[in-house]
Parts: sequence; structure tokens; C-alpha cells
Amino acid sequence: MKTDKKINEKQLVVQSKTNNLSQIRDFVYSTALEVGISTEIIDNIILAVDEACTNIIKHAYKSYPEGEIIVKLQYSDKKFTVLIIDYGVPFKPETIPDPDLQKYYRQHRVGGLGMYLMKSLMDEVKYVSIPGKYNQVLLSKNIGTAH
Amino acid sequence: MAEFSTSVKEVGDINVVYLKGYLDAHTAPVLENTLSNLIDYKKYSIVVNFKELAYISSAGLGVFMAFIEKIRENSGDIKLSSMSDKVFNIFDLLGFPLLYEIFKSEEEAVTKFSETKKLEDR
Repeated sequence: MKTDKKINEKQLVVQSKTNNLSQIRDFVYSTALEVGISTEIIDNIILAVDEACTNIIKHAYKSYPEGEIIVKLQYSDKKFTVLIIDYGVPFKPETIPDPDLQKYYRQHRVGGLGMYLMKSLMDEVKYVSIPGKYNQVLLSKNIGTAH
Repeated sequence: MAEFSTSVKEVGDINVVYLKGYLDAHTAPVLENTLSNLIDYKKYSIVVNFKELAYISSAGLGVFMAFIEKIRENSGDIKLSSMSDKVFNIFDLLGFPLLYEIFKSEEEAVTKFSETKKLEDR
């Protein structure tokens, strides 16, 4: 039984381009694998991170390709946390309704699916926006024997 | 960079689209083009085979929503087949099985088209 309470941290900084999504996923995947998380849970984490970063690229930076996205991983033997920081337009999560597929069917578009996936796949999803400074999404997953 | 590609095979009146690799916000336009081309050629009976798809995000799922109504208005359909459990779980989580028929194998999906056509021809 491990009693190590130490929190480790790793960071990746990329520009706000969709072709960087795979690099972000690989970064999270390899770190989570080192920590010993099961691949099934890692798959959920990387999808949630992909959705958060896609939203940042499309909405916070409105597809401007030179914005900065900082992906910070903090992990102990109990918890794996991903902090994603951007300097784009603040995001108001309360304005995003849960997805309604019947409505999307009629409108030929989808929206809010990513947000719904994040909430479904992670244990905690938290948004913080400091206007004029930065936006931060926190995604965390409890890991280890306690869960 | 993650790779994604599509290929298309004609099986009678039906077009089978094979997905390979990673389908995310970056690669979704590739699938959009493939489906858009089929529609341009009035190919409305489409089976999408997910066997070699390693990954999908909501941007990939969104592509199916963009075309489905037009296809059904033309008496066609997009039927999905051969998904890994991992990919199916994402479709399921978002409620897609209510809107799309999902089959274990490509053959089942193709057969379903033929059966529907037979019924219509009666």
C-alpha cells in the first residue's frame, strides 16, 4: 500500500491549432500510463482533454492559430488532474445547455457535446475565468484503490 | 500529428466508407469531404465501417449530424458498423443510437439496406 502523498507536475505548452490536439493527447496518455492508470480510464481522460482544448481553439481563440494553450498535469496516487489554461475570450459554462440531439438533427449541427462528455467522463470539471488575465479548465479523475 | 483517412467501396447501390485512424477536430473535415462527395453523386445509401477507427471526439460525431437529414430526405441513410467498444461507448453516451442504426458487422448493415429496399419494391 502506497502512502506517498507527493504531487507531481508536468506541463505542455502548444499553440491553438487543431493539429496540436494529437500532441496534447499523447502527452496526457504517456504521463497517465507512467502513473499506472488503466487504459480505459486514460481513454476517458484524453477525450475530455481533447474536448476542452477543441473548445478553447474554436471558441476562446475563435480559430486564431497563435494563441497559447498550457496543459498542466498534477498527479498523486489518488488523483489525476489536468489544468488547461488559455488567454482567449472568457467562457461561460452556464450558457451551454445539455445537448439535445433531436434539435441538432433539425439544425444539422451539434454543440455542447464536448462539454457533456467532459462532465460525463471526469469526476470534476471546473471553469475559472479571470477577465483580461486567463481562463482555466480543471478536469480531474480519482484514481487508485480508494475508488 | 494524428493520421486519419477514409476509403470508399461500392457494394451494389450501397457505398461503404472505411474510417482509419484518429477522428478529431483536425481530421473531421476529411470525413466531411468524403460524405459531401457521396451526396454530390447522389449516393445516399451509406454504411460507415469503424473497424479501423482508433479514436473519435465529438467533432467527429458532429459530422454525421451535418448530413443525415439531407440523406434521409432522399430516401437514404447512414448506417454505422464494426465499432470498438471504446468508440461505441462515446456514441452511446451522447444518445446517438436513438438516431442511427448501429450494427456489429458491415454485412449486417448492408443487408439491412437490401431488406428495406425489397420491402419498398413490393
